[in-house]
Amino acid sequence: MKNSVLLTCLLIIISYSSCAQDPANEVTIPEKVPFSATLLIDDILAPWGMAFLPDGSLLVTQKTGELYHFKNGKKTSISNTPETYQRGQGGLLDVQVHPDFKNNGWIYLSYASSEGEEKGGHTALMRGQLKNNTLTNHQLLYKASPNTTKGQHFGSRIAFDDKGYVYLTIGERGARDVNPQDISRDGGKIYRFNADGSIPKDNPFYNTKNAKKAIYSYGHRNPQGLVKHPKTGEIWNHEHGPRGGDEINIVKAGANYGWPVITYGINYSGTPITDQTKMEGMEQPIHYWLPSIAPSGMAFITTDTYGADYNGSLLVGSLKFQYLERLEMNGTKVVNREKLMGDIGRVRDVEEGPDGIIYVAVEGKGIYTLTPTK
Amino acid sequence: MKTFILCYLATTMGLSIFIFQDTELKESMQRGSEIYADFCVTCHLEKGEGVANTFPPLAGSDYLIKNREGSIRGIKYGQNGTLIVNNITYKGVMPPMGLEDEEVVDVMNFIANSWGNTTNEIVTLEEVQAIQKK
Repeated sequence: MKNSVLLTCLLIIISYSSCAQDPANEVTIPEKVPFSATLLIDDILAPWGMAFLPDGSLLVTQKTGELYHFKNGKKTSISNTPETYQRGQGGLLDVQVHPDFKNNGWIYLSYASSEGEEKGGHTALMRGQLKNNTLTNHQLLYKASPNTTKGQHFGSRIAFDDKGYVYLTIGERGARDVNPQDISRDGGKIYRFNADGSIPKDNPFYNTKNAKKAIYSYGHRNPQGLVKHPKTGEIWNHEHGPRGGDEINIVKAGANYGWPVITYGINYSGTPITDQTKMEGMEQPIHYWLPSIAPSGMAFITTDTYGADYNGSLLVGSLKFQYLERLEMNGTKVVNREKLMGDIGRVRDVEEGPDGIIYVAVEGKGIYTLTPTK
Repeated sequence: MKTFILCYLATTMGLSIFIFQDTELKESMQRGSEIYADFCVTCHLEKGEGVANTFPPLAGSDYLIKNREGSIRGIKYGQNGTLIVNNITYKGVMPPMGLEDEEVVDVMNFIANSWGNTTNEIVTLEEVQAIQKK
């Protein structure tokens, strides 16, 4: 009897202490929201990435290979985009615009590419310039290798920081025990380049023998959110966990984010991957989702367009539960989670326009804008 | 005697076809399960149960059993528009997965014969190749 009481107490303690994240990891549904959602573009059914040109017009990629320019209510197809490897989660993926686009005109695209000797594909980054609705001056900046026919985990988000570096995420391509912890291999990494694709000499593994010199951080699974923090200038990412254990991380030079050695998630089948959630020398996420929301797309609200409450919030799309999540932040701590646009569809990307308006890309629907209500 | 021999021949032939098909199906399903784990499981989930009103179930799906051609076409070319499964209407999009025809065969054999689903006829490469985009 004594033993069983002791055991029960011990179990309770264990179950409490294993919940490392103290605020109830639950999303709330707000009674009122300060916006109404309007479908701006209704015929891009597999949108993946969005970026704005300085004139406020919008570039949208479609996974099936198309790049569109949306300006003054009119959608134009851009020709001469790179050839993409269409398989599983691969295709034409993210788009970003160089911060000094006005002077240099560079547009960056990430995509699944079959370039290389092996069968299959892997993530690539290229840039080009727009001339008369054609993408010209193609420059291939990076192509991960070796190719694989796996359909999973291309990563592929692109972001610029304030120092002129460009970052790219590449997922582990379904080889979790091979790629993420090995810095001599591509996949499961976040990369940092100079804007022309050359590798900065102060990259953390630049002088490490056999390392892929472009690697900036490793131990990632499949990061599909990457954004510069509007105030600190740090790069934040989020990534898909397995079942449970999606994470938000602040990307640090040379840091190991632990996949698959540590994780808050389990296999899809319900079997454990590891019982470790922490380890010396590996980073803890600033937030993790249980259950997984399957996050894609990431943006900070940087204005009072939707009221002072919303300013500073992080927005993340949920593929799995089909809504837009607002994470209220206090520094690096998530203090509240809200479900916006419930049951809208699989939210693939979210961006803040130069006018402070939020744009949301939804699979099977198109591009929504959130119009502030007064 | 003649009848006996005839019967014997017919039985062994029938049995060998049956056993042969059975191994062929098992091998195809095994390959199909790997395809499933790579391309399908994130939405349709581990036991083919799907997500109510969002991702149609494969386990016990009347659509999968009654509309074999449509199911194969969906896997081969992607799925768009309304789809009614077990009296629930789904309006989502499944993008084309870029599978080889051989892989469509294997994953179709896997889902049509797992989680309580069964079919009388193995899906063949010829069958998948013959199905065109609508």
